[in-house]
Amino acid sequence: MPNPQLKEIVVISGKGGTGKTSITCALAHLAKNTVFCDLDVDVPDMHIILDPKPQKTEAFMGGNKAIIQQELCVACGTCQELCHFAAITEDAGRFTVDHALCEGCGVCFALCPQKAISFPEALCGHWSVSDTRFGPFVHALLKPGEENSGKLVSLLKKEARALAKELGYTTLLCDGSPGIGCPVVSSLAGASLALAVVEPSLSGQHDFQRVAGVCAHFQIPVAVIINRYDLNCQGSEALEALCQKEGYPLFGKIPFSPELQEASQKGLAITELKGTLADNLAQIWERIERFQPRARSQLRSLQATRPS
Amino acid sequence: MRIAIASGKGGAGKTMLTASLHSIWPVRHILADCDVEAPNLQFFVQPKRQKSIPVTLEIPEKVTEACNHCGKCREICRYGAIAQFGKKITLFSDMCHGCGGCFAVCAAHALEKGQRTLGQLEIASLGKNAYIAGSTRIGEVMTPPVLRKLFAELAQMLAQDERDVLIDCPPGVSCPAVTVARNVDAMVLVADPTPFGYADFCLAFEAFRSLDLPLACVLNRSEMPGNAGGDSKLLNFCADQGIPVAGQIPFSREAALTLAQGGLLPELSLAWRTRFETIGASLLQIFGEVPHA
Repeated sequence: MPNPQLKEIVVISGKGGTGKTSITCALAHLAKNTVFCDLDVDVPDMHIILDPKPQKTEAFMGGNKAIIQQELCVACGTCQELCHFAAITEDAGRFTVDHALCEGCGVCFALCPQKAISFPEALCGHWSVSDTRFGPFVHALLKPGEENSGKLVSLLKKEARALAKELGYTTLLCDGSPGIGCPVVSSLAGASLALAVVEPSLSGQHDFQRVAGVCAHFQIPVAVIINRYDLNCQGSEALEALCQKEGYPLFGKIPFSPELQEASQKGLAITELKGTLADNLAQIWERIERFQPRARSQLRSLQATRPS
Repeated sequence: MRIAIASGKGGAGKTMLTASLHSIWPVRHILADCDVEAPNLQFFVQPKRQKSIPVTLEIPEKVTEACNHCGKCREICRYGAIAQFGKKITLFSDMCHGCGGCFAVCAAHALEKGQRTLGQLEIASLGKNAYIAGSTRIGEVMTPPVLRKLFAELAQMLAQDERDVLIDCPPGVSCPAVTVARNVDAMVLVADPTPFGYADFCLAFEAFRSLDLPLACVLNRSEMPGNAGGDSKLLNFCADQGIPVAGQIPFSREAALTLAQGGLLPELSLAWRTRFETIGASLLQIFGEVPHA
């Protein structure tokens, strides 16, 4: 369960590649008494900058997968009739489960008249608690092509909250994933602030509005950082107008700069190099720290308009 | 041939490449937007809408008076969509994955079926080409069923009229991307040569190599300021793993602005057009087709 004393910041974007991870790593460098968490479990990247030293690593057992035990199967076809995911195929009286389609619902396992289906838990990845030069870090890696990313995201958040409580830390800073689906919804559960990194493009604005709609649905306050604003100044103005209209506080605008890639290439956060971006991010972090979310009832009216 | 344009990292340039290839593709084709959580091809082309198809999921909507409170529906549900407080069965239909287990075990036939909207498909014409795009409903978490429905519609379109298909994929390497990968004939991996892009490219290669699909790489934003050594690291990886590189697209502020405003790069200049024509021809060659005349 979320702890009301803990400030949970989740960095999101809708569109991919807007700079979530670079910005999260810079904020991690500036933050004190904070636990960091990479919730982009599908393609995590924070570790490239944070250089974690794992203290504890555990297997992530995701969903169960059905397996038909051929020696017990009498080929009655009940499982195939019951399966809503078309995951059971028949070849000359031999029934098998296509694991890429199996949703792990367990209906065939529960209802096979011969009890010929087993349903073992599958190893879907690993998760770790690590030390980094910025502070404690909870992260994971899903096996490529695996499902249950939402479940793993929930597990990481639970572990990160427990760690913050144990250490007496006040903030949890999480890197999220792009899109608006299962892992994003799991990331946002219990968040006190969704910090959106938005790029000033038609795609960037559209996808941001979709994920802001998800935040409104779950009554989570949204604040915005416009990244690479100078690559499309007109688009950036349109975004600022949108923030004003919807009541999303604008925490900062970051220009395109080679400094960012120079830092990444060295495995450093942008703020570890002296430069204009470092000052810019320090200001943004100050605004995040000062931010007091509005009461949720007010938010509802502010964020009532949803994009289609 | 159905060609997926994919990447590990989000924002690597999938939509840019899909739209650019569409604008230079020498033969009639279907343009498909499978990035259903963040569909953006619509900003680069002007599809003329023909029909919308809702994508729904069959869920238990109501418990009728026939319920004898046996609790079997709650026992079989693995998604927390059915709870029992005292005797009363309560449904949380948003959590339902549509497995149908509750209907199968309810001897009293006390569950009424309903439909939850997961998203919708748009089918449109695009000059001599066709367009299909999926979009998930905001707040909905189930992405793969929208993609499966999209591929079912696509199969019908192809059955009527066999054409190439250019497919904009979802990012990442989990269920949405894998669902697309299992329904195509070839895959282009768009690589972002930054340290993050490199790491995600390796994960994508790891995830997709086992699918027995011909793969090719297009390197996007090469020669990016500040990214010294990034391009060669990625190209070396491709050489080591035997991934053919179909071309490179250099970083340019002009290109970034054009894309931000929904413009097509091949329309910028003859040089840009030629660059994409060369990439298109080399993809066809890599994927084993005789280049179209």
